[in-house]
Amino acid sequence: MIETRELTKKFGPLTAVDGISLEIGEGEIFGLLGPNGAGKTTLISMLITLLPPTSGKATVNGFDVVARKSDVRKSIGVVFQEPSVDDLLTGRENLELHAMLYAMPREIRRKRMDEVLGLVELAGRADDLVKTYSGGMRRRLELARGLMHHPKVLFMDEPTLGLDPQTRKHIWEYILRLAKEENITIMLTTHYLDEADAVCRKVAIIDFGRIAATGTPKRLKHDVGGDIVAIKQKGFDPKCLEGLGFVAKFEAKADGVEITVRDAHKNLQKLLSEIGDIESVEVREASLDDVFFKYTGKKYREEGGEGGWAERVMSSAGR
Amino acid sequence: MAETLGGLEGIYAIWLREIKVYTREKERIVSSLVNPLLWIFAFGTGLGANVVIPNVPVNYQHYIFPGIMVMAVLFTSVFYGMYVIWDRKLDFLKEVLVAPLSRTNVLLGKMLGGVTDSMIQACVLFAVAYLLGIPLTPYSLAVSLLTMFLIGVCMTSLGLAFGGFLSTIESFQLVINFVVWPVFFFSGALFPLTGLPPWLQLVTYADPLTYAVDAMRGAMFGLNVFPIWLDLAAIALFCIPAIALGSFAFSRMGKI
Repeated sequence: MIETRELTKKFGPLTAVDGISLEIGEGEIFGLLGPNGAGKTTLISMLITLLPPTSGKATVNGFDVVARKSDVRKSIGVVFQEPSVDDLLTGRENLELHAMLYAMPREIRRKRMDEVLGLVELAGRADDLVKTYSGGMRRRLELARGLMHHPKVLFMDEPTLGLDPQTRKHIWEYILRLAKEENITIMLTTHYLDEADAVCRKVAIIDFGRIAATGTPKRLKHDVGGDIVAIKQKGFDPKCLEGLGFVAKFEAKADGVEITVRDAHKNLQKLLSEIGDIESVEVREASLDDVFFKYTGKKYREEGGEGGWAERVMSSAGR
Repeated sequence: MAETLGGLEGIYAIWLREIKVYTREKERIVSSLVNPLLWIFAFGTGLGANVVIPNVPVNYQHYIFPGIMVMAVLFTSVFYGMYVIWDRKLDFLKEVLVAPLSRTNVLLGKMLGGVTDSMIQACVLFAVAYLLGIPLTPYSLAVSLLTMFLIGVCMTSLGLAFGGFLSTIESFQLVINFVVWPVFFFSGALFPLTGLPPWLQLVTYADPLTYAVDAMRGAMFGLNVFPIWLDLAAIALFCIPAIALGSFAFSRMGKI
């Protein structure tokens, strides 16, 4: 459904996207993960025809993003990182305009509008001005709008950025349901790794415009090499880990150590007996955060983007 | 054929959006009227009490009225176009830019929306003109509306071009000081075109607004310097590069 080959975008001396090759099949939910400025939005911008690539090729739904812009645009729906619904229009009016922009056949517009409004549970508020909506409702309206014209591929740039956890959970539920009910391919970016883990069938970790790793979340987590055992201990001595074959690696902390252990549930006893007296121990499965650390050498922080999009809606209200 | 119809509907959709937004932002309509009213009442009355223009049989307030109407269109149009800078900062415009619609059609829809805004504003000013006793006939109304429509097309396109090329809100000030005010002051909105020093005459002739003021002054008071058809043709001529420029600005837009 989406294919890129050595896709590159340079802004002057800066290479924002550096030779990315990807292949995403029909019906897949694909997550692009990475810190701010890693090139995720630039990559998506090229795929949705807003930005011409410097070199390389990309096709969406079989159409080249440079040569067949119009066909690509007809095939895709986009949920932007920043708000793009009009607050001075009602929810329904926003959808109506969308239907007109996409020249949808008149007879199916009404029906489809009710359908997508129902899907995101906005039917009751459809005739209110968007400026009276909450952040989560706006986001759901944008989702509904992105789906109006039956796109084959849906691009979502940070669909949950700046929303509270409760709303985020709801949005992801919608997304999963949509993917299933409408059988669409979804490419999304997100800051929230745990959410990507739960939702995406495949993910790619992007850093400095390049793919650091790609695969199913399960596979990637497996590749970390085990489970994480976090131990609090005063005066931890690395020597005690020597000769323990199941220790993949460890990282000393201020108040203890984090050890990557193969089959922790089997080897924990032995590990603890080697280490001696401890204050506390915590065992968890490797997460995408660990994957991220493994491939980029950086701790993943859930930075707030360049300011949450919801705040920007508020500051733009004086427009 | 279906493609063309789809394109037309897209233009209509963008126009409709602009009109809905405009009519719901009452503050914008009201504030856009303050400036012209100040010119007419404060400047027109004040200066008119002391100044008589030779060979002009109408009072100064009436004399500058066409110029102030055109100025109102100028400001509304250019400002409207430059709002695009703001739209681009947020993602309001991207929804339109990823739709299967040519950039020229996006520009046309936006442009017609801006022109309609100006026309709504002009109609309010016509009511003021009526109250001031300015002679309004079907003929003068028709010529004025056509003139303002053409100036609206020209200036909205120009504003959209600025909006497309420039990227900071601060450039607003730049355009106002270096484009909008000069275009207004050199248009003869406040003074007759006859008996000017040669350099000033030259500058006024290069200003599209000159022809608009002239046409409307001609239609209302019979005080035109050029034939009215020539005025209209001149403005139409200015529209062509303006639309081309706007279209070009939009075609290269989309950078995130």
